[in-house]
Order: sequence, then C-alpha cells, then structure tokens
Amino acid sequence: MSESNCLKFLYLCPHLKMHKPLEKMEKYNLNHLRELEAESIYVIREVAAQFERPVLLFSGGKDSIVMFYLARKAFWPAKVPFPLMHIDTGHNFPETLEFRDQLMKKTGAICISRLVQDTIDQGKVVEETGVNASRNVLQTVTLLDALEELKFDCALGGGRRDEEKARAKERFFSHRDEFGQWDPKNQRPELWNLFNGKKNMGEHFRVFPLSNWTEMDVWQYIYMEDVDIPDLYYTHKRRVFYRDGVWLADAPFMVKKDTEEVLEKDVRCRTIGDITCTGVTLSMANTLEEIIQEVAAARVTERGGRYDDKRSEAAMEDRKKEGYF
Amino acid sequence: MEKTKDFQRGYLNMELLRFTTAGSVDDGKSTLIGRLLYDSKAIFEDQMEAIERASEQKGDEHVNLALLTDGLRAEREQGITIDVAYRYFATPKRKFIIADTPGHVQYTRNMVTGASTANVAIILVDARNGVLEQTIRHCYIASLLRIPHIIVCINKMDLKDYSEQVYLDIQKKFKELSVKLDIQDLRFLPISALKGDNVVERSENMDWYDGPTLMYLLENIYISSDLNYVDGRFPVQYVVRPQAEKFHDYRGYAGRIASGTFEPGDRVAVLPSGFTSTIKSVDTMKESLKQAFAPQSVVLTLEDDIDISRGDMIVKENKMPEVGQDIEMMVCWLSETPMVMNGKYYVKHTASDARCIIKDLPFKININTLGKNYEDKSLSLNEIGRIRIRTTKPLYYDPYRRNRITGSIILIDEATNNTVGAGMIV
Repeated sequence: MSESNCLKFLYLCPHLKMHKPLEKMEKYNLNHLRELEAESIYVIREVAAQFERPVLLFSGGKDSIVMFYLARKAFWPAKVPFPLMHIDTGHNFPETLEFRDQLMKKTGAICISRLVQDTIDQGKVVEETGVNASRNVLQTVTLLDALEELKFDCALGGGRRDEEKARAKERFFSHRDEFGQWDPKNQRPELWNLFNGKKNMGEHFRVFPLSNWTEMDVWQYIYMEDVDIPDLYYTHKRRVFYRDGVWLADAPFMVKKDTEEVLEKDVRCRTIGDITCTGVTLSMANTLEEIIQEVAAARVTERGGRYDDKRSEAAMEDRKKEGYF
Repeated sequence: MEKTKDFQRGYLNMELLRFTTAGSVDDGKSTLIGRLLYDSKAIFEDQMEAIERASEQKGDEHVNLALLTDGLRAEREQGITIDVAYRYFATPKRKFIIADTPGHVQYTRNMVTGASTANVAIILVDARNGVLEQTIRHCYIASLLRIPHIIVCINKMDLKDYSEQVYLDIQKKFKELSVKLDIQDLRFLPISALKGDNVVERSENMDWYDGPTLMYLLENIYISSDLNYVDGRFPVQYVVRPQAEKFHDYRGYAGRIASGTFEPGDRVAVLPSGFTSTIKSVDTMKESLKQAFAPQSVVLTLEDDIDISRGDMIVKENKMPEVGQDIEMMVCWLSETPMVMNGKYYVKHTASDARCIIKDLPFKININTLGKNYEDKSLSLNEIGRIRIRTTKPLYYDPYRRNRITGSIILIDEATNNTVGAGMIV
C-alpha cells in the first residue's frame, strides 16, 4: 500500500480518535478553514457595502447557520446590518423552528418569516398531490414575492458549489433579471476578488459566500469554532419509512403508500430542509467527531438523500433558472 | 498510534491550493480531473451511478468522466464545456479547488477568469500532437496572470509507447517557445490520465522518469511564499460602528489584508488623506490578534480619530503604493462588444469605485505568436492588449507582478453593467 493510500485507509477507520484541529504555528500560514472563512467574510462585507437592502436567507440548516455565524464575525462588534428571512414551507421539523427562534433571541437578530401556505391560499401556486408531493418547488414563488414585497436587492444564500453540478458554475455574485431568473450561459466573469454587483432597477443578486466550501469543510468549521447546531444533526430515535433508497421521516402531512411501513430507527439528518424531501440517515453519531468521521467515510453525497434532486438530471438547474435558492 | 494522531491533526490542518487546468480540445483534461477526483474519493456513489447511467444512454464505451464536470444541460447535450466549473477534492495534506476551464470558444476569457485566483496552472499537452499554438497561448495567459507555478503534463504517453524521446522532444520544444515568457516555476511530467500513469500512482511503464507524480507535486509544491508579506496594504471595505453602549466610541475598519502584515503599534498612513496614525488593535469576533497577515479578514482600529471610509487604503509607511490617475495595464477583453477607444467605463479596483476613459492602446498581443501589433487600435473578445486609462479619481496601486490584489482592475460597461475587461497594472 502506498503511503497516501495508507493514510486514506487510516482516516476512514471509524474507531480512530479525533483531535481538535490546532492552528498552524508556522509563520504566515492559514489553514484551509481560516482561508475559507476570510474569503466568506470578505464576500459578506462586499454585500453590505454594495447593496442597499440585502437579506440573508435562513433555513435553519447547518449551511445557513454557518453563513449567519460568519456574518456576525464580519461586522462584530456591530450587529449584522441586514435581516434574515426564512421561507417556511410549513413542513419543518419542529426542532428547526425552535432552534431558529432561540438563535435570534441569543444574537438579537431579526428573522422575517414568509409562508408557502400563504402563497397557496392566495391562489398563486397549486399544491402538488400524490405520494411525492412537495412544496420545494412552490417556495420559489414565495421567495420571489417576498424579495419584491420587501424590496430586497440582494439575497445571501448558503449554496455551495460542491452540492450539485449545476451549482458548480455558480458565481459568488449571481445576477438575476427582473423575473428573478438565472441565465447560466451568460454569467459575468468573476476575477480576483473584484465583485461586480451593478444592476438595473428591479433586478437583484443572489450571493453565495460559502461557494468554495465542501460539506466536510462546513463540519470541520462547526467543530473548530464550536458553532451551535440543531440536535437533529445528532442521532435520535424517529419514526421513519423507506422509499426509493431513502429513509424519510414520518409526519402527519406525509402521504404514504400502503406498502410503506413506518418503523422506529436511530437516525440523524445530514441536511435539514422540508420534511417531504429531506431524507434522514441511519446513524449512531452522537458527537461532531463522529459526524465528521461519518462524512469522511460516506460514499453518497449529502444531496443523495434529497428527493427533490432525483426528479430529473437537470432538476436543480431548472429550479435555479426560475429563481430557486 | 502516534502516526495516526499526527495524521488526524494534519488532516484538519490542511492548506488550501487553487489550481486551474488548461488544454486543447481532447487533450484529456476532463479525464485527468475525473481521475484526480475519483482517486481521491471525491466522487460519490450516487454521482458515479448518475454518470454511468448517462454514459450508457449516450452509447459511450467507457464511463465518460467528463460528464462529471459538465454540469449544465446544454453542456451535456452538446458534449462541450461552456463555462468555468469549480471542483473540490481533498487529500490528507491539502484541500484543492480546481477552476476547470473549457477549451473551446471564449477560451481566453474563461482561462483568465480561472487563472486570476490560481496558485498552480496545469497545462496539458497531447503527446501525439506535441506543442501547439494553443499550448503557448495557455502558457502566456498563465504567465500574464502571474500564476506562480506551471506544471506541463505531457498526456497520452500510453499512445506513444511511453517513449522517453517523445517526452524529451516535447519538453525541449516547449522550453524554446516559452523562453520569452516570465515563468517563476516550470515543471514537466509524463502522464497517462486514462491509464493513471504518474497521476496518483507512479508509472511502471516509464521507469526512465524519476520525478514526482502529479498528486505528489500538488500536495507538496511550496506555496506559502507566493503571497506578498512585505508591502502592508489594507483596503477598507466597510466601517464598523456599533450603536451599543458597550462599544460607544468604537470605530473599526473592516477589510481583508491584501498584502503584508499588521500589528498593534505599527505606524500607518491612510490614503487618500495622507494622515498617519498607529494601529491600536487588530480585532476579530473571538479575539484581538497580536498580528494579522494576508489574506486574513480583520477589523483594524487606530489611535487617532481620522475620517476614513470605504475605498480608502491603510498602508504601512515604509513602502507606499503608487498613486495616480493615468494608469497603464495589460487588459484582456471579455465582452462580445469590442472596446471603445475614448469610451467611458466603470472601474473596480480593491474596494474603490471610479470611472475611466480609455486613452490609448499602444499595442496588442498576438497570443498565438506572442508578437506585438502596434497598428491595430481595436480590441475585441478574447484579445489582450496594453491600454492607458485616465480615472476620475486617484487609485492607490502596485504593479500586478508585485501584488495581484492591488494590481488588478475590472472594467464594467456603463450601459449593460457587464464585466468587460480584466486589467493587470504594469
């Protein structure tokens, strides 16, 4: 076995003990997490400087939690100079909302909430029916309405380029036309650290400060910085059922086929989103160390458990063009 | 277990290396990236299954690793790469960001974009075709953008019987043609991306080659001296003024250190006002730092109350940047609308915004021959030339070759808001 394979093998061994990362002591050397942090903070400050009314899109998932944490770092000791907004499908894990409210209380930040249910009640979208029904697509309409209503000219999102292949071509500063659409074939070149946020009235930007982070980076950063995350990410007992290779959480609004049996399992969430399309992972991981080891050993991407991406090969690209997160 | 401990510590303490890949059509670039991702386990089962399905549908004989990097529907349908795609993988030593740039139309524009943030450029040469005009063009762009390290991979060695002579001939030709270019660190490697020779594992087919593998180079190439730690440059991005009892008189200047180091007690000057002061503290949310260096994002506070706003620059007194409104630069044109002589454009430079007029185009470069053309005064998409601009206000800059942050500029079309030019100050 070559040395690098040997190291890889050691790393994938789940019983190994994890050590807290030490800051590099070498002169003028930042580790990869510190360099990613510096880049993201720079991007967030550019947003505050270049736009009049930015908003930070907050879902209660780990990426938006880290993004908000970085925003607090960017402006400390002042408060984050823009609000957060949660586009609420109504299909949340209750723990997510609880966590969100506590975080706002602790940090003194304001989180605006807009409900997909309201968009449905206004007759702007029609709820999907059937066993695979989800409000994931519908929330784009709620989001675009909210941006227009509240006159936000820039929305910060926690999207990462490693998540999905359509996102791999996304810019840090991503221009949206007056319909909120993304034109992937005609994006502005992005050079050095010079971000062009110029736009016409009615247009807006989506900005992704975590563009260069991977799932592993996010977990390592949470570990290094002791960032609070919802308990849903750790192992817990939950009633779940199995569909097309994915374990889904049971909830009153989940429509099940007759053949689908609800079982109680030890699970944890790898991503947190709408319950109807976020799969859970069978796991006993109870600490951040264990989660990091699990992520390192994982052979399926975190979006592999996302039902919304399985709809077609270009599912994400199609949703993004229309103005999805 | 000692080794294990060291390893774990190392893994969470990786360095970040950004590289860009360039090659002509069918040089095997996607295969190489696919192999790096696959061998470093950055490709997951569901991604692999998805491309296996797609390859089967298209009737490809092998699993087409290029499908991994072609993310957009149009790209997969047409079998071409349209835009710069960013890829990520990590080994125990480093985390890598690949800016994968397409080899077709708009090549220069995309490569310039990918190259602007890269530490390393990998340039692929097909062993069967040798050094082409395009190879020289890739190399020119890498040197123009001041990528510190260039690795030339002579690929498809398996199709030339792993011949040492073929490798040596190409290396010789390449050195002859690139002699005009200013390259800091140039290396050559014989590989086969398809068969895996010298990519991650050493090749058993080329025992005449005793250098490192590509992965070894990427993991070990020394990059921490690439940044400029001499000239203290701190472009002010944002002024932090907390409206809170506890921080009543706090006035901090937020920014990312472009170059050099800053620590409490350092004497600094503020541009454009020219006032001088002393650094009082270097703050972050968790702690105040004894010293900060590029590329950290921090907040500086000063001992004296000076009027400072976004676009100003805090610099170390010992080495001041240049100040001026008439600035010469090499520019790569990025837009389908050609540059307008005497036209007006927005300028973005560090955190400062200005407008400018294009005053002159002394020459442009034929990037296939590297010759200079002094007659043609037009500049269109993918062309590179030297221009002189006059800005509405003074900029504080360094030559690009000395400082990639304070030496770079983008030009923006005032009508469309598009980014149309990438400038490197001479």
